[in-house]
Amino acid sequence: MAMTMTQKILAAHCGRESISAGELILADLDLVLGNDITSPVAIKEFAKLGRDSVFDRNKVTMVMDHFVPNKDIKAAEQCKMCRDFCGEKDITHFYDVGEMGIEHALLPEKGLVTAGNVVIGADSHTCTYGALGAFSTGVGSTDMACGMATGKAWFKVPSAIKFELSGSLRKYVSGKDVILHIIGNIGVDGALYRSMEFTGEGLSSLTMADRFCIANMAIEAGAKNGIFGVDDKTLDYIREHGGAEPTVYKADTDAEYDEVINIDLSAIEPTVAFPHLPGNAKVFSEIGDVKIDQVVIGSCTNGRLEDLITAAEIMKGRKAAKNVRVIIIPATQRVYLEAMEMGLLRTFIEFGAVVSTPTCGPCLGGYMGILAAGEKAVTTTNRNFVGRMGHTESEVYLASPATAAASAVTGRITSPWEVAEI
Amino acid sequence: MKYTGDVIKYGDNVDTDVIIPARYLNTSDHRELASHCMEDLDRTFVSRVKPGDIITAGMNFGCGSSREHAPIAIKASGVSLVIAKSFARIFYRNAINIGLAIVECPAAAEEISEGDKVEADLDNGIIRNITTGREYKTAPFPEFVQKIIENGGLMKAIENGVI
Repeated sequence: MAMTMTQKILAAHCGRESISAGELILADLDLVLGNDITSPVAIKEFAKLGRDSVFDRNKVTMVMDHFVPNKDIKAAEQCKMCRDFCGEKDITHFYDVGEMGIEHALLPEKGLVTAGNVVIGADSHTCTYGALGAFSTGVGSTDMACGMATGKAWFKVPSAIKFELSGSLRKYVSGKDVILHIIGNIGVDGALYRSMEFTGEGLSSLTMADRFCIANMAIEAGAKNGIFGVDDKTLDYIREHGGAEPTVYKADTDAEYDEVINIDLSAIEPTVAFPHLPGNAKVFSEIGDVKIDQVVIGSCTNGRLEDLITAAEIMKGRKAAKNVRVIIIPATQRVYLEAMEMGLLRTFIEFGAVVSTPTCGPCLGGYMGILAAGEKAVTTTNRNFVGRMGHTESEVYLASPATAAASAVTGRITSPWEVAEI
Repeated sequence: MKYTGDVIKYGDNVDTDVIIPARYLNTSDHRELASHCMEDLDRTFVSRVKPGDIITAGMNFGCGSSREHAPIAIKASGVSLVIAKSFARIFYRNAINIGLAIVECPAAAEEISEGDKVEADLDNGIIRNITTGREYKTAPFPEFVQKIIENGGLMKAIENGVI
């Protein structure tokens, strides 16, 4: 039976030659992830089992990223619970303030995921690691607890939509525009329960940052996972970051797909998702004059070094529009350090932006950039649901780092192509 | 498994951010989570929900974040069952894993109105609207999922070695 790339990885992790869509399997896990919000619930569940240790102390990781440095006493208590648990269980990969980063930027950077892995994380954006040719998916805290105890998780084998990429992206168009364009077309449940498999001759033109961003938002189309074919860029990335030996799986040429969607990358334009769904995608010919109050550049979607380089290129020598608050959040300590060494932080500060320590903070309306009623923000984050970044009457517009930076210059939602011409 | 209750009805794409806003994720206390359930979608929910009530909703219920706090908040608020046209996948598995009854039934989710009294027999796959007398058929859970539920959740099913 011909299989998709995801099916091949899952088959190999449940000791089967072949599996097909719709089957329920119990798969072996290469990594189990949690953060400071989801891990406490998992730790309580884990305690009910009465086990002394996790299945493999090198294959469980916790990253304190959502509400750290602790935003309040309750957040501090949640982090303490994670810290105590990881200490007690001697967990190798526990990342606290000083070492942490936003989990989905951090794990690939630390070499914790490699091609061919099966990864679950108690965070919906765990699908990010599909960029490395791994099967990775978000689960809840009980699944995380079971994963920590047994090293296994149950899955319904997904069918897939194949995205056949051709061409290459134009200047100031990035992976974010690609995924917003796709979600705009297929809808926020367009890939529900399924894999989004990205392949084709256009794949090689995408940077790893583009691929991480696209895989990251597969969940915003309802997908179980997003996954990219493995090429030299993937293998170089894994090698450079000290990842384990990759296992490269390829979809069978006669694998069955629910749908094949062709994407000409050269036709993608800067795209913005309007409130209150990531599927409300518009290009600039459809966007009028939308004044903004805040810009956020960061998150597990777009807080990587490439994203900051693009933003700095647009901001350099310019000033933020009056009355627009610009918040820039490097996704990891390493990104922060590299941005500093490259002089990007100086560019941001001279532009009039603030630069924060890594945190998920504003993306989910936690802290560090909450919106008041009636305020509008252009952000490089991943969700624009009602109240996502603060008051239920505030509005979040999702965009690429280039579009966010251009909008920070003008004070209204602006195409990077327009600002680049000034 | 049988459930009877009054219906509270919502639309499509009810996301986990409105089910339990992130500003309350600094706790995992069930009662505290329940006290903010649906707050950003329906401020009246907490005051009017009664034990046994049934939520009906449209497509993609529970989309967004993987926070298990969302099904926990719904269950702890007293809701016995959620009937939707479809569920987001992480919410779906979280609900099963924590023991919140859910069922996909597009016709029932469409036709049942706010305030109707509904009875659901999930073993036999029947939802009955007591108010209107209409009946709907649903697909039973796959055997694998039934085993999880029968064993009292995912942890116990794995401990008991049944899956």
